[in-house]
Amino acid sequence: MSAPIEVVEREFGELALNMGPQHPSTHGVLRLILHLSGETVVKADPSIGYLHRGVEKLSEHLAYDQLAPVYERDDYLAPTANSHAYCLAVEALGKIEVPPRGRWMRAFVAEWQRVSSHLVWLGTLGLDLGGALGGGTTLYMHCFREREKILDLLEELTGTRYHTNMNMIGGCRYDLDGAMAAKSVALSAEIARALPELHALAGDTGIFRERTEGVGVITKDLALSLGVTGPTLRASGFPTDIRTAAPYDAYPELRFEIPVRQAGDALARYQVRMDEIAISLRLVDAIVEGLPPGPLFSRKPIKNPKATKLPAGETYVAVESPRGELGFHLVSDGTAQPLRLKINAPSFANLQAVPHLLPGGLVADVVAILGSLDPVMGDVDR
Amino acid sequence: MTGWLGALVLSATVLLVAMTIVAYLTWIERKVAARFQNRIGPYQVGVPHGWLQPLADVLKLIVKEDITPRSADPLLFNLAPVMVVAPALIGFAFIPLAPGLAVVDHPYSYLFFTAFASLTLLGIFAAGWSSNNKYALLSALRMVAMVASYEIPLLLTLLVPAVFAGSFRLTDVVEAQRGLWFIAAPVVGQVAFLVFLVCALAEGNKVPLDLIEAESELIAAYNVEYSGIKFALFYAGEYAHTLAICALAATVFLGGYLGPAFLPGVVWLLLKILVLFLGVLWIRWSLLRVRIDQALRLNWMVLLPIALVNLLAAAWWVARS
Repeated sequence: MSAPIEVVEREFGELALNMGPQHPSTHGVLRLILHLSGETVVKADPSIGYLHRGVEKLSEHLAYDQLAPVYERDDYLAPTANSHAYCLAVEALGKIEVPPRGRWMRAFVAEWQRVSSHLVWLGTLGLDLGGALGGGTTLYMHCFREREKILDLLEELTGTRYHTNMNMIGGCRYDLDGAMAAKSVALSAEIARALPELHALAGDTGIFRERTEGVGVITKDLALSLGVTGPTLRASGFPTDIRTAAPYDAYPELRFEIPVRQAGDALARYQVRMDEIAISLRLVDAIVEGLPPGPLFSRKPIKNPKATKLPAGETYVAVESPRGELGFHLVSDGTAQPLRLKINAPSFANLQAVPHLLPGGLVADVVAILGSLDPVMGDVDR
Repeated sequence: MTGWLGALVLSATVLLVAMTIVAYLTWIERKVAARFQNRIGPYQVGVPHGWLQPLADVLKLIVKEDITPRSADPLLFNLAPVMVVAPALIGFAFIPLAPGLAVVDHPYSYLFFTAFASLTLLGIFAAGWSSNNKYALLSALRMVAMVASYEIPLLLTLLVPAVFAGSFRLTDVVEAQRGLWFIAAPVVGQVAFLVFLVCALAEGNKVPLDLIEAESELIAAYNVEYSGIKFALFYAGEYAHTLAICALAATVFLGGYLGPAFLPGVVWLLLKILVLFLGVLWIRWSLLRVRIDQALRLNWMVLLPIALVNLLAAAWWVARS
């Protein structure tokens, strides 16, 4: 059966432009149906689902202990945030304790991946604003140089650069020794030194401010009514962060500030994320310093994953991923597999703002707004 | 050498040298850009430093499939790449290489040069329109808006050296700079050069004013449907255009072939062109792109008034002395 032909209704004189799913600036496979009058966007209709991999359905066919690595493929810029939220959900339902060192190590990797994710975001925003044949690529390469060091650190810690497989139900896999701790401290200082350089290529330049100031304004009311989360929400003047609102793992014992901006435009989102990089760098140092001794993992070695069963029940646990509130809603019927698992993805929530932000802007604003929202299509479609 | 034969040999030489330089400009640009970005750039093709890379690029583009989209206008679509390259290369014919030596030394060579440099943009419009692609169309429309705006301050500032020299013959313009390069003329010269530079970035389609190409918004814009050798022609045309504009700037602002006698004039000219080209690269690889409305506002509200006042100041300066 062939797919029905899609008919796009439009006014006379409007140009319907399919932006994506193959387009350099739609952050993967987002498709935007833009209605243009000249270069001004009249209507924007995001179309998603091009990266749907059926992760939620897959959850119902795998054992609890087999699932954590699956979710790491969802939000592929901050893989551990997904498995982190999943493990917390299972632990909450199964009343499984995590030893203190395991909790702190989870936060350690989560904060490093927050920095690495925000560096990717800044680099790709540079590509969106400056193009592949210009200063945008320079910003991108400088961001990726710093990110590469983080990936090297994680590789040394876990054996993988990216999908670290760090989190397990009941703790985590890999421990930090003295030499690695020293490397982490040196690296955070190095990246903190590179931050002014990134500011100089991006936010400190007049062109960057011209392109982002007053562009894609999300008011506080709109943000709350759409359920926008994370840095995008905080840039609209609503200071909430799951790490302080519903602290988990090491965060109750850590002290850090939540950056907030009132403007709600693309520039405010840039400033919030850049502040978060600096704060996360301080956080990893604090974690390395305060890392409690003891075991990482509270359970016996897992021989047969299907043997792990959870009591029947239902829970919702969220973590603060680099993109916002990432929640796992887990329903168990007492077997070795989830009865139903629903992922509340921050990119999906933030993408809801797109049809409200694009109309009235120019085509160039479309990529600036999309870039500033930082959607990860793997997270949107799951 | 005089007559037809001499002109033929000279123009063939200039064309060959210009095309080789254009090919190697891509290599220079890739190397410079790589240094800006903590990379090495081309390294594998040819020892040392991948110096055969341009040759490999050209060969690759020649053997690639040459596609004409079914819905495109075939005549205009196939003509457009030539319309881009040819005028940019013809421009070199007017650049003086030594005292009294240019392929075409016409009393109005200055005007001819600017006319041919602008013709390149007609080819870009033809490509954008005939591709029958929405992105290409948007790019073509942007180009019309940009060119209609930026041509005005560009030509107004280019009049400043002509006013100083009292001639539209490029060789005369160079000879008039024997005492003082026009860029060194107090205030007027520097302002004219800066306005010219900004306009040249827009005309030459370089970041921050490369709105015609704008590949993060319009993908590859006017050349989105082009492949193979036709794409290569666009690529060469873009570099030839940049080179021609740098050559013009070196000729009318930086004294062209003039320089201390220990090097021949042509070498001085090439050195000046190279310095200007590196300056363009520096701007290109460190700035982001402005939006179309901001680019147009910059032109009408800033560049045009400055260019007008500057031209009047230059005229007053000449009339007084």
